[in-house]
This record gives sequence, structure tokens and C-alpha cells, in this order.
Amino acid sequence: MSFESFADFIDMGGHGLYVWMSYAIALVVIVMNIVNPLMQKRQIFTEQARRLRREKSKS
Amino acid sequence: MADKKWMPRWFYQLASPRWCYEITGKLLPFFAVAALLLLVAGCVWALAFAPADYQQGNSFRIIYIHVPSSILAQSCYMLMAVAGAIGLIWKMKVADMVAKCCAPIGASVAVLSLATGAIWGKPTWGSWWVWDARLTSMLILFFLYLGIIALNSAIESERTAAQSTAVLALVGLVNIPIIKYSVDWWNTLHQPATFKLTERPAMPAEMWVPLLVMVIGFYCFFAVVMMLRLRNEIIQRERRSGWVRDLIAG
Amino acid sequence: MAHVYKVDGPFWGALKRDLLLSYRRKSDLVNPLIFFLMVATLFPLGVSPDPTFLADVAPGVVWVAALLATLLSMDSLFRSDFEDGTLEQILLSPQPLYLVVLAKVLAHWMLTGLPLTLLAPVLGIMLFLPGDGMWGLVLSLLLGTPTLSLFGAIGAALTVGLRKGGVLISLLVLPLYIPVLIFGSAAVQGAVTGLPLGGYLAILGAMLSLGLVMAPLAIGAALRISVSG
Repeated sequence: MSFESFADFIDMGGHGLYVWMSYAIALVVIVMNIVNPLMQKRQIFTEQARRLRREKSKS
Repeated sequence: MADKKWMPRWFYQLASPRWCYEITGKLLPFFAVAALLLLVAGCVWALAFAPADYQQGNSFRIIYIHVPSSILAQSCYMLMAVAGAIGLIWKMKVADMVAKCCAPIGASVAVLSLATGAIWGKPTWGSWWVWDARLTSMLILFFLYLGIIALNSAIESERTAAQSTAVLALVGLVNIPIIKYSVDWWNTLHQPATFKLTERPAMPAEMWVPLLVMVIGFYCFFAVVMMLRLRNEIIQRERRSGWVRDLIAG
Repeated sequence: MAHVYKVDGPFWGALKRDLLLSYRRKSDLVNPLIFFLMVATLFPLGVSPDPTFLADVAPGVVWVAALLATLLSMDSLFRSDFEDGTLEQILLSPQPLYLVVLAKVLAHWMLTGLPLTLLAPVLGIMLFLPGDGMWGLVLSLLLGTPTLSLFGAIGAALTVGLRKGGVLISLLVLPLYIPVLIFGSAAVQGAVTGLPLGGYLAILGAMLSLGLVMAPLAIGAALRISVSG
């Protein structure tokens, strides 16, 4: 552990704002990259299921 | 071609979207767990246990995000160009899809690298943006990604879009070393040897081991996102084939 | 056999045709030059007419203006041939596409890059570029603008089938122009400060040779893709 206390850990020797901002942006980018394809998948599946139902009712 | 058997069998299997969908389905959980573990462990290690730098203090910890994202942004472009070339030469559908999926991931990671580089510049150089050689090269790489995304979305036919972006990605690949060299040279011309984020004499092991963990973690994360996107792309393009119908109905 | 095929036949044929076509549409010829002049005029108006300041930025301004003027003219390179079907005929013909493409780019350069280079000293004078820099400016543009035409033609070939190609070309091509811009303006700056120019011109020449060898292949491939799609 390179910090004495939790407050030190948050403060990062005065550079807390920059360090935590970097890690927060990283988190946002990672989460967006994961969530985006998952939402897209749900959309594709509902769309295709609807298309299949439509084709079945037509024939 | 008389003899087509000179490539290993898995290469031809990869060409089958269905096989690809099934194998990525099996691999996905392993990579997801690996990415989660490595990234969480790497972040905790980097933030709490790695020693502070003697010159930069704790702002040095930004390196554990900045360097992996820069490496990933560059290798993602390589993968995109190589996959595009495979798609052009062997007319392999899956390679086209991989190339298409690379662009948005690479662009987002390039943004991450630029943002962390800019934030790191504030405590170190005192301004949010500095025309540092590495940051400028990354900015140009980001522009190359944007060009590829714009071209891909402007062309309606999927096949033509894939081929056109593959040509553009290959042209970019040839140009990247030239751009990198010229930007480095331009930088030495205008800024006499400034303090760089990544160029430093031999890092101690307590510093570079967590960095290595983060780099591997970022690669696993890339693999997860790539597989997620690739599976969507396969379903979207193969929606008229029997196995996808069964998959959606069942 | 009555036909004797010559390797350079299609090259000169395409070159002559393109030059003649542009000669008959003179406005296309003059527009990039006017644009070049106007962009350079904007800088003293927008920033400062102070001679020492302008002399400092002149190499970069002239180079950026030349780059943008080339870019502006790029969209029309294959567009009219694509629209009237000539491009399809060229792709179907047995002549080597490499030579035809090279001839078209050369014609384009003779009608934009070369006049820009000749006009550049006038802009240099307007922006108070020191007299020592003039040769550097002309020589660097002479070696640099053909490279710009070659790279730009790749973008033009990729977007020829699209209706809104204009803005897209700049997005695709501008990042590729950066090395030429860096070494081109550095050559002018070197000439102003009295440094030897050989190194800069050698690098610009190397980029031009690389472009001459590789770009026509990429342009040809891109044209085939755009036309078939």
C-alpha cells in the first residue's frame, strides 16, 4: 500500500482530480463499448422475431 | 488455384459465419471473466499499490490507462487492415465483418488515449493540450478511424463498403509509419526534448508489472467487445439463412 | 496482325484527352487558383497584417492553402468520367489500368498543382516571405503537389460512386496529407533561414516515388470497387 489513509488515497498527493478523472473516463468508455453491442443485439433479435412472425402469418 | 489445401483447416472454418458464431459463443464467457479480473486487479494494483513516481508523483498513475489504450488503438488498426486485406483477397465474409467491427472500438479507445493524455498534461505541463509527438500521432490515428467510419456508413452496399474501407485501411497502414516518423521529426524541430509520458529509463518491476496486467486486460476487453459486435453482425447479415431463423424462433 | 500495341499508347492517349477536356472547360481550371489566392488573403485579414508576423507564418499558410486547393479540385477527377460511362469503358478495356490512372493524375496535376506552384511566389510576396525562401517554396511545391494529387486520387476513386463525395474526400485524405505538409513547409522554413534544402527535397522526392509506385494500384482497385458496386 503506498498510501497512509483513505483520504490520502482519494487526494493522490494533490493530483486526485486528474487521476480519478482519467479512470472515470476509462470506465465510461469500457462500459459503453460493452453495453452498446448488447443493446444492439436485443434490437436485432426483436426485429427479426417480428419479421418471422409476419412472414408466418402471411403464408 | 489448383491446390487450395495449403491453409490450415481452421482458416476455412473461420470463413463460415455459423461456425464463427458458435465458437465465439463458447469463448466469450472465458474472455469476459479474464477481462473483468485483469482490469479490476490491474486498476487496484495501479491505483493503490504501485509506487508513486519520484518526479511526477501520483499523476503518474494515469499511465496505466493511457499506455494500454494507445497500444490497443494501434493494434486495432493493424487488425482492421489485415482483416480487410484477407476479405479483399480471399473474399471471406467473416474477415469483412471483423474489419467493420474494429473501427468503432479503435476510435473509442483512441479517444480514451487522447483524453487521458490531455488530462495527464495538465499537472505535468500545466495545460490541457500539448502538441506532443505521441498525442499528435494518436490524434491523426483517430482521424484515420473517423475517415474509415464515415466511408463505411456512406456506402450502402455491404460488400462495396467492406472492400472500399479495406483499401482505405491498407493505404492508411502504409502511411502510418510515414506519419509517425514525420510527426516525431516535426516535434523535435519545434519542441526541444520535453518530458514524455512513456519514455523513461528502466521502470522498476513494481511499476511495469501492473502495466502489463492492464495491457493484457485491455486486449481481453477488446476480444470481448469484438466478439459481441461480430455476433451481432453475423446475425444481421445471415438473417435469411435457416440456422439464424431457428436461433431467433427457438 | 495489323495492330501494334504500344505500352505508352494508353498513357499519352488518356493524358491528351484529359488535358483537352479541361481546356474546353476553363472555369474548372481557374477555380482552384482563385481559391488558393482567397485563402491566403484571409490570413492577414483574420489574424494580423504585421509583416514580421506574416513572414513567420507564410510557409505554413501557402502550403495549407495549396493543400486545400488541391483537395477542392479532387472531387471532379473521376466524376464526369463516371457519370457518362467512360470510366466503365476504361476499366473494361485491355489497356493496363495503372498507366491510364497515372495519366489522369498527371493531367490533374498539370492543371492544378503546376499552376499553384507557379502562382505561389505571388502569394509569397503578398505574405512578405523573405526572398531566400522563394526557391524553397517553388521546389517543395513542385515535388509535393504531385504527391497530394496521387493521394487525393485514392480518395476520389473511393467516393466516385457516392452522391455526396465532396466532404467525405477531405475526411479520408487529409490525414494522409500531413507528412507532405510537414516536410513541405519545413523546407520553406529551412530555405528562409538559409539551411541546405537537399534533405527536405530528398524526403519529399521519396514520398513522391512511393506515391507513384503504390497509389495507382490503390486508385485502380478503388475504381474497380466503386464502379462494380
